[in-house]
Amino acid sequence: MSEAAISGSNSTLVDDWSADKQAYHVPWGKAMMWIFLVSDTFIFTCFLTGYLHVRLTTTDPWPLQSEIFALSFGGDPIPLILIAIMTFILITSSGTMALAVNFGYRRDKKKTFWFMVATAAFGASFVGMQAFEWSKLILEEGVRPWGNPFGAPQFGSVFFMITGFHGLHVTAGVIYLLTVAFKVKKGHYDKKGYEIVEIAGLYWHFVDLVWVFIFAFFYLL
Amino acid sequence: MAYVPLADQDSEMEMHHPHSWVTKYVWSQDHKVIAIQYGGIAIAVGVVALILSLLMRMQLGFPETFDLIDPSSYYQSVTMHGMIMVVYMLTALLLGGFGNYLIPLMCGARDMVFPFLNMLSVWVYALSVIILMSSFFVSGGPTGAGWTLYPPQTTMAGTPGHDMGIVLMLLSLAVFIVAFTMGGLNYVTTVLQYRCRGLTMMRLPLTVWGIFIATILGLFAFPALLVSAIMMLFDILLGTSFFMPAVIESGTPLDHNGGSPILFQHLFWFFGHPEVYIVALPAFGLVSDVLSTHARKNIFGYRMMVWAIIAIGGLSFVVWAHHMYVSGMHPYFGFFFATTTLIIAVPTALKVYNWVLTLWEGDIRLNAPMYFAIGFIFTFIHGGLTGLFLGNVVIDLPLSDTYFVVAHFHMVMGVSPVLVIFAALYHWYPKVTGRMFHEGMAKAHFWITFLGTYAIYLPMHYLGFLGVPRRYYAMGSTDFIPESAQDLNAAITIAALIVGAAQILFFINIFWSLRNGKPSGPNPWGSASLEWQTPDTPPKHGNWGDELPTVYRWAYDYSVPGAHEDFIPQNVPESEEPTADEQHFDPDHDASKADA
Repeated sequence: MSEAAISGSNSTLVDDWSADKQAYHVPWGKAMMWIFLVSDTFIFTCFLTGYLHVRLTTTDPWPLQSEIFALSFGGDPIPLILIAIMTFILITSSGTMALAVNFGYRRDKKKTFWFMVATAAFGASFVGMQAFEWSKLILEEGVRPWGNPFGAPQFGSVFFMITGFHGLHVTAGVIYLLTVAFKVKKGHYDKKGYEIVEIAGLYWHFVDLVWVFIFAFFYLL
Repeated sequence: MAYVPLADQDSEMEMHHPHSWVTKYVWSQDHKVIAIQYGGIAIAVGVVALILSLLMRMQLGFPETFDLIDPSSYYQSVTMHGMIMVVYMLTALLLGGFGNYLIPLMCGARDMVFPFLNMLSVWVYALSVIILMSSFFVSGGPTGAGWTLYPPQTTMAGTPGHDMGIVLMLLSLAVFIVAFTMGGLNYVTTVLQYRCRGLTMMRLPLTVWGIFIATILGLFAFPALLVSAIMMLFDILLGTSFFMPAVIESGTPLDHNGGSPILFQHLFWFFGHPEVYIVALPAFGLVSDVLSTHARKNIFGYRMMVWAIIAIGGLSFVVWAHHMYVSGMHPYFGFFFATTTLIIAVPTALKVYNWVLTLWEGDIRLNAPMYFAIGFIFTFIHGGLTGLFLGNVVIDLPLSDTYFVVAHFHMVMGVSPVLVIFAALYHWYPKVTGRMFHEGMAKAHFWITFLGTYAIYLPMHYLGFLGVPRRYYAMGSTDFIPESAQDLNAAITIAALIVGAAQILFFINIFWSLRNGKPSGPNPWGSASLEWQTPDTPPKHGNWGDELPTVYRWAYDYSVPGAHEDFIPQNVPESEEPTADEQHFDPDHDASKADA
C-alpha cells in the first residue's frame, strides 16, 4: 500500500533526499537490510577477489573443476551436474519467495506461510546437497583445506572457505525464513504490516544472487 | 490509507522502558547509556595503549637505564598500542560513543531505530575487548607483528605471540567487526530514516554528517579486514596458504606454498586507509560544531563542508596502495595512487580553510573546548602537510619506515582526533552530566597536551630525515645516525612522560566535576543545535518528553542581527525570531543566495 502511494507521486531522488524525517519511503528494517546487504556484498567481493588473486599467484596448476564436480549416473560422468541442480533449486526458491512476498502484501497468511516454508525447504535441500558435495570431496577425493590430489592447495582452501561462508548464509536464511513464517502464521504482523516478509525476501534473493557469482567465478571460470 | 513516515508513528518506536538498575545501566537500550558504556570501555583500553606507548618511549629514550621491557615485549607493545588506539579506542569512541550519544539527539529522535541491536553492539564490543586483553595472559603473550599484521612474519616462529597471540587478535577483530556492523547499521538508518519534522539532511549539524559518512565507510571497509582475518586464521589454524608463500624457516621448508603476502597488504589497506577517515571524519564534524558554537558564528561554507566530507569518504577507497609503495608495484600504479592521494588534499584543505574562516571576525569565546578545537587546526595542518610528502612515491621511498612516518600519522590521525575528542568531551560534558567541568584544570590539560605534542612529534620528523628507522627496540651504533639523535630521543621521552601524566588532570576533572561541578543549566554554551534544546538535562530516556521537536532552521544561526540572543535554536519557528536576509543562510531555502 505504501509503495503504491509513493510511486504514484512524482517524487524524485532529489526530493527524497532533501525531505525531512526520512530519505527513503520504506520501513526502517528494510532500509537497514539494504545497507547490510551492500556491506555483505563487500565481504563476498573480497572473498572472490582474494580467490582470483591466489589462483594467479599459486605455483601449482589449478584443478579442472568440471572433472572434480562431475557425477555419473550409471553412464559417463556429467560435469557440474550437482552444482547445476543446486543452482536450479536456489533460483527456484527465489521464485517461491517472491510469491510469498506477494501473498504477504495481500494479507493471505496461509499462502504466505506455505510459500515461505517451501522457500526454506528449497534452501535446506541446497545445504543438504552442499553437505553431500563436501563429504564426497573430503571422504572420497581426499580434498582438504591445506591440500588436494589434483593440484594447487589453494583450490581446497578457497572451496571450503567460500562455499562454507555462503552455506552459513543460506543456513541463517532458512532459520530466518522459518521464524518469520511461523510468526506470519500466528498473525504477529497483522498490525505492523507484512513488510517483514519482503525484508526476509531481500536477504534471500541476495544469498541467491551471491551464489550465481560463486557459480560463475569458482565453478565455471 | 495515506503513507505516514515511521518517524511520525510514535507507536512504531518500541521503547523499552527499564524497570531495574540492571536494565537501566547494564543491559540498557537507551542510546545515551550505551554511548557512555562505549566511551568508557574505549577510554579504558586507550589508557592501556597509552601506558604501552610510555613503556616504549622509556626504552627508546633511555635504553640502558630502564629494564622494563625486552625486545619481544617492545614489539608486542608496538602492535597492541597501534591496534588498540586505531580500532578499539578511536573508532569505538568516535562512532560508538559520540555517534550513539549525539545522532538521536541531533536528529530529534527518541533513540536509535533498533535499540536492542544497539545494546548487542556494545556488549559484543566489550567481548572483543576482553578477547584482545586476554592475549596478554596467554603463553607467548600478544602478537608482536606490528599493527599491520603483515604475513608471513606474523605467523613465523621468530615473532612474539605467533601462536596464541595472533589468533586472539584476529578473533577479536572479527568480533569487533560484528559489533561495529550492528551499531553502524543503526547509525546510518537512524540518520536516513528517523529525523524529526523539518530536519532535512542539509540542516543536520556537521557532526552527524561526519559520523554518518564515517559509518558508511566502516560498513564498506571493515569487510576487507574481516575477510583478511578469516583467511589468516585459516592459514594459522588449518594450514592453508592464502598469504603464505613457500617459506624456509631455520633451514626447514614450511608446509605453505603459493600464497600471496601482497594480497593481505591489499586487503588490509583497503580497510586501513578508509579507517583513517573513519576516525577523521567524525572528528571533522565534531570540531566544526565546537568551533562554530564558541566563535558565535555560523560554520563557513556549510554546503561545501558536507560535500567535502562526502568527497573525502569516496576518495578514501581509491588510495589504499600508497601504504605499499615499498612493497613493490608497477610504477604506473604508484603514479595512480599518488595522484588520488594528493587529490584528497583538495577537499581536506577546503575544510581547513572553512574552519579558519569560521573563526574570522567571530565573537570568539576562549572556553576550554575552543582551546582544543583551535589546537586541532594546528596539529591537523602539520600532519596534513607531511602527508603531502609521503603521498609522493619518490619522497616516500627514503622516508618509509622511518620516524617521519611515525610523526606524520601521530600528528594527523593520533593527536588531531584526540584533541577533538577532548574538545567534544568538554563541550558535551554539561549535556551528559548536567554539570560544568573545572575550566582551569581543562585549560592546563590543554596546554600541556598541545605543547607536549609538538615537543614529542616535531623532533621525530627530524629523526626521520636522519633515517632513524621505526619499530627498532634499540638503535645500536650506526654511521648515518649521529649520537645527538639519542639526546633527541631522550627529550621526546621526557615530553611523552609529562603529556602522559597530564592526562590524569582530565580524569580528575571529569570525575571531580560529576559531584562538585557547578550546575550547567540546559545550554551553557548558547548552542543552536538540537541536542541542547532537550526538556531535561541530562536528557531522560526518550529524550523529548511528550512530543518530538520540530526544526525550522539549520544548526548554525549564531549572531543573527536583530535576534533576541546571539543564537537561535533550531526548533524556534521563523515567525518568532527575525531573520536578517543578508546574514541568515539556510541552504535549503536560500539556494539562490548561496550561489550568489
